[in-house]
Amino acid sequence: MVFGLVEVQCTDQPRCEVTVSDRTSLFISCFNDFFYPQTIEAATRVLRHLDVEVSIVEGQTCCGQIHYNTGYADMAVPLVRAFIDRFKDFDAIVSISGSCTAMVREQYRRLALRTHDQKLINAAEELSKRIFEFTDYITKVLGIESTGSYFPHRVTYHPTCHSLRSLNIYQSAVNLLKNVEGLELVELPNAEQCCGFGGTFSVKNEPVSSAMLFDKMANIEKTGAEILVALDNSCLMHIGGGLKKINSGISVMHIAEILASGLDGGSS
Amino acid sequence: MEGQAKGFQGSSRQFLANSQLRSNLRHATSTIRNKRYQVTGEVDDWEYLRERGREIKDYSLAHLDQLLSQLEDSISNKGGKVHFAVNAKQANEIIYSIVQTHQVKELVKVKSLTTDEIELNRFLEDKGIHPLETDLAELIVQLANDKPSHILVPAIHKNRSEIRELFEKTIASGRHLGQTPAEIAEASRLYLREKFLSAKVAISGVNFAVAETGTICVVESEGNGRMCITLPEVLISVMGIEKVIPTMEDLGVMLELLPRSSTGERMNPYTSMWSGLYPDNDGPKEFHLVVLDNGRTKVLRDPSSRATLRCIRCSACLNVCPVYERVGGHAYDSVYPGPIGAILSPQLFGPSRSGTLPWASTLCGACYEVCPVKIDIPSILVHQREQMINKAVAPRGEQVLFRVMAVVLSSPILYGVSKSIIRSMARYPRIVKALAPMVPMASQWVTTREVPDIPSRNWGDDLGRHGEEHG
Repeated sequence: MVFGLVEVQCTDQPRCEVTVSDRTSLFISCFNDFFYPQTIEAATRVLRHLDVEVSIVEGQTCCGQIHYNTGYADMAVPLVRAFIDRFKDFDAIVSISGSCTAMVREQYRRLALRTHDQKLINAAEELSKRIFEFTDYITKVLGIESTGSYFPHRVTYHPTCHSLRSLNIYQSAVNLLKNVEGLELVELPNAEQCCGFGGTFSVKNEPVSSAMLFDKMANIEKTGAEILVALDNSCLMHIGGGLKKINSGISVMHIAEILASGLDGGSS
Repeated sequence: MEGQAKGFQGSSRQFLANSQLRSNLRHATSTIRNKRYQVTGEVDDWEYLRERGREIKDYSLAHLDQLLSQLEDSISNKGGKVHFAVNAKQANEIIYSIVQTHQVKELVKVKSLTTDEIELNRFLEDKGIHPLETDLAELIVQLANDKPSHILVPAIHKNRSEIRELFEKTIASGRHLGQTPAEIAEASRLYLREKFLSAKVAISGVNFAVAETGTICVVESEGNGRMCITLPEVLISVMGIEKVIPTMEDLGVMLELLPRSSTGERMNPYTSMWSGLYPDNDGPKEFHLVVLDNGRTKVLRDPSSRATLRCIRCSACLNVCPVYERVGGHAYDSVYPGPIGAILSPQLFGPSRSGTLPWASTLCGACYEVCPVKIDIPSILVHQREQMINKAVAPRGEQVLFRVMAVVLSSPILYGVSKSIIRSMARYPRIVKALAPMVPMASQWVTTREVPDIPSRNWGDDLGRHGEEHG
């Protein structure tokens, strides 16, 4: 499963380019900002528990993924510029969305090239080395595999497409989950197949998206898990919405919320 | 957006409803998928091979002018004749004029996508010549008056009993056939043998053409292709300009990549190679190679889509594509279905016929992961989406919506305002749920997915001292 990332390949070693610094900000993603405040809070709690003085820089909005992916790349360029400007003073950016992380890492340079602005191109390239998906940051930059969390439930993990194939970080999440006390991790059959969300795909090709969703849900139900966990709330909104519609009784959670459970001073 | 479901949106809906098709596809694609996974996994240097494959194709595409002229020389020196066709019409006319000089009413064909692309069969039928497909799956499709639905397995949408019934009605002339694949295939074997021995003219596609030696290579699994290539007196092969590669050594790399990626076999069963004519031996007495552009030089001109032409038609991307697995090849309405078709068809056939195909993907990346020549299909899909929007394929309303969103998301103030609007909606969850099915973009979404609960508060209320400080 090797492709996409050229510069920052996952290894067992903590990454040397980035040091743990108090100039670390969460990139919360517009989607979470609007609909999932609890994930933002959970991620902050987990990172602070691991002694990372993470802040949430103000004025951050959207990475531009929805525009870029749907075919409106030119409209994403101002968002790229704003993002780079907003996070320029931070040594590390921790993102709680796998697909937004992939967007910044893989597409920002490409989009910056459109402007012929060399400063922006350099900044985009440099930024791609400073942004990390949440679980990737914990395991690779901090070098931590166990967060000291407690979550006594049967859980199955859906590796979202971007985290699996673009970021190549399947193992980060699995390792962290395995070390959660009380958590029973059960394997999801056919896990690597897309859930059918795909952003605007689920609107433009809704029937195909639903067909994929139904197969994903059937596999989730086979596991007997109480909770489905993933690294992206957008995929989870789609899968969770489906699970609720069929009254499956299985809930969905972002991994940050599971890792925040049972920490000192945290609620679950 | 609904009510006017055109293109892929409309056709996919129709094919999704066919549960027999979906079960045939799920079974067939997962079988090939697992075989491919196994045989690529056992090659130590698979990633190196992929990189070599990419290099060879990129080099060839960058030197097409030289390589094609070298190919022409090599073949002419060995008694063959090379014809260049700018478009489908020219290619069809060249082929017809060759066929006409031999005064035949029927000819045999080896499975060839390129001849499907130019709709050669229909052209010849209109002129009173019957081109008989000899590849088993192509024969099934032809007898059923159907269209291929997969690059490599054209009849993947049909199961065994459907094929048995078809053969009983057609080539077995009412005879009752047994249940086993061997018994069913025997009917086609008997039928085709006779045709091979009597045909005077054969038409084939080309998998690779080696410029240095003038060698044409055709790979297949049944041996029917080899009979077409060797038995008739006249052989006409049709290839796109992108099929040329420099040397026999390069062919070696391709022959390692192709069978493992396509059928999940370590080695291809029937690999036929010939360089021009062999006057002192068996084989055709006349050989023509038709080299087709048909929009390919246009693809070559676009640096962001150029890699599309690396494709060696292995169909690994179809077999791993979750969208293809649900809807099948016919939904793409093109001889090139699946992920590769979603990027190739709009470039070859234009926005009016294939304009919705670039959106027929979740961008999950499974296709890129398996591609033996490393075509970054997701990136090209996104680029083609942009191209199609520039050609006015997207609905006007959508374009306006994205422009408004871009303005809102670029302004922290407007962004804050929209967040407040969403927060105020949280106070009326029942109204939100009741209205959701009436919102144009959401109406279909909520038929299978519950509307998410909208939170009434912002993040930070729960972050304690730090949260107040930063939030």
